[in-house]
Order: sequence, then C-alpha cells, then structure tokens
Amino acid sequence: MAALDELDRRLIDAYQRDLPLCERPFAAMAERLDASEAQVVERLQSLLQRAVLSRVGPVFDHVRAGASLLAALAVPEAERDAVAAAINRSPGVNHNYAREHDYNLWFVMTAADEVQLEARLEALEEELGQPLLRLPMVEGYHIDLGFPIPWDELEAS
Amino acid sequence: MSVSTCPSEPVPVAGFLDGLDPLDRDIVLATQAGLPLVPDPWSAVGKPLGLAGNEVRARMQRMIDSGVIRRIAAVPNHYRLGYVANGMTVWDVDDAHVERLGREVAGIPGVSHCYRRPRHLPEWPYNLFVMLHGRSQDEVEQQAEVLRERLGDACRDHRILYSSRILKKTGLRLARSSGRPR
Repeated sequence: MAALDELDRRLIDAYQRDLPLCERPFAAMAERLDASEAQVVERLQSLLQRAVLSRVGPVFDHVRAGASLLAALAVPEAERDAVAAAINRSPGVNHNYAREHDYNLWFVMTAADEVQLEARLEALEEELGQPLLRLPMVEGYHIDLGFPIPWDELEAS
Repeated sequence: MSVSTCPSEPVPVAGFLDGLDPLDRDIVLATQAGLPLVPDPWSAVGKPLGLAGNEVRARMQRMIDSGVIRRIAAVPNHYRLGYVANGMTVWDVDDAHVERLGREVAGIPGVSHCYRRPRHLPEWPYNLFVMLHGRSQDEVEQQAEVLRERLGDACRDHRILYSSRILKKTGLRLARSSGRPR
C-alpha cells in the first residue's frame, strides 16, 4: 500500500464521495481538514501522481450512457487467447477478463444505442461461430464504489 | 488470483454525449479526465468555453440533479489502497426474493456492484451478480460467506469467478461521435 499520512487519509475519507461544488472547493476542503488551500491542492496532486487517486472530478452515470451488455463465452483453454484477441478487435468491446470457469471469457460490449448493440453482438457471434451468453443488466442495486477504508487494518496487513 | 483494479462498467462513446446540450457536452469533455487543481477550477474549465465559473457550476449542478453526473469526487484507486483481490460472485436466488435480497446484500462491506441479470437455463442458473473486493482471496471468500448467510434458503447455488487475466480494459473516455457538428 502507498505511504499515506493522516491528512491524506482524512482527505480521502471525506471526499471520496462528494467534493463541494462551491466557488473555491479546495479552500472549503482545507477549512474542514484544518489545512491550507495550497496544502489540499498539493496533496491532491501528489495522490494523483502516485495513483492513489484515479481522478478528482465528476463521475458520470454510465447506465445512462448508450447501450452496453455483459457477455460470456466458453472456449477451450488452448484457444482462449486467440478468441480473446478476436473479441478485442471487435468495435465496442471495452473490458475483457479471463475468468476461472467453463465460461472463461467475460467482456462488455458497448454501443451508442440498442440497435447498434444488437448488430455488434450478432456480427461477433457470426465471426466466432458460436452464440454468446448474453447477460444484460435487469436492475442495479448498488453502483457506488465509495466505501469506508479501514486504515488501521490496512497498516497491519 | 485476481489482479484487477476496481472494475467499472463502460461509458459507451457516442450516445451519452449526443443526448446533452452542447455546452454541457463541452463541460463533460473538459472535466472527464479530472478538474484543474487551481483555486477556482470552474472558471478555469469555463474560460475556453466562454462561460463564467458560476455558469459552469450551475450546469454541473443541473447535471447532478438530472443524474448525468453521479457525483464529483476524489476517486480512490482501491488497488493502490491494498484491495488487490476481487471476485465476481454469481448467485441463483429465488425470483420472488431477489429484489429485496439484492438491495440488502448491496450494503455489505466489500461489495462494489450488485446487479440482477437474466438466467440462461440450463447452463447458466445465476441471476444475481455481486462484485466483491478484498485485500486477499481469503477475505473475498469470507465476504462471500457473509453473503451466503444473508441470502439464506432463497439461494440455491453460487460461484466465485476470479479473474485470472485482464485481456482488455479501456479507461473511461467519452468521445464525440464522428462527423457530428459541435
């Protein structure tokens, strides 16, 4: 784990969910953290540079963003990488994971809308010569990556 | 063993932006990689767009209210914080209870995503997908055990699918659809 001091930790705890949308957001954060605006900016820069933070900014709602679908495929292990390469070449594929299961390839197909999504899935099925296990999202119960970070436990491990 | 960063669902390229007002779209494009770390980031974002800082803020607030922006945050990279293990757990849960139980287990520590998806019988009986994150595979298995107890008799079967390799992961990047006038 990256070395983080107390201010870094308090900053992440307080602002992993919501940054203030006020005129001087870093000054407002500084006030709450008992630090200076310059310190907050410097910490954010350092945390980004060390990749402890992936981004400081808006998180967009991907569910509203066009059409997408989780798909899986069962292929013999010996052919897995070649099939994965074919999937990755296909337009719209933006995640592809090998997983330990008979269904060993898992990827997300995306498109601007449902019509284009269907066309892309059909084209890929034709190229691969087998149907995909299609797993569209029916309902999302929790799509928020913020969770309390147990710093003390992380320190010990 | 999994070696993934937190998985995120995709942002498909064109559709999302096409639905937005042109100035909102410019703001999305200007901020998607992050805010400028200057005292007044909103004015810095607005300047090249001919917008004052308070106009940028008002537009972002409207996009939050309408759900286009889920939140504005310092987004942690959980992998760098020690959450190096993830498991996609899949559960065969009684349809009569899956909605209530899905909401319940979504609040369990370690859960990042929780979705209902269709079964494909006989080969795929699982209708609830729960992504778990822990500091080790052991911890992910303990979290899965907590889930199994919470789901109780309504759950007939489950599996943990660890990712053995990331074959492709594209970052969140929105792009203008080609040829579309600004």
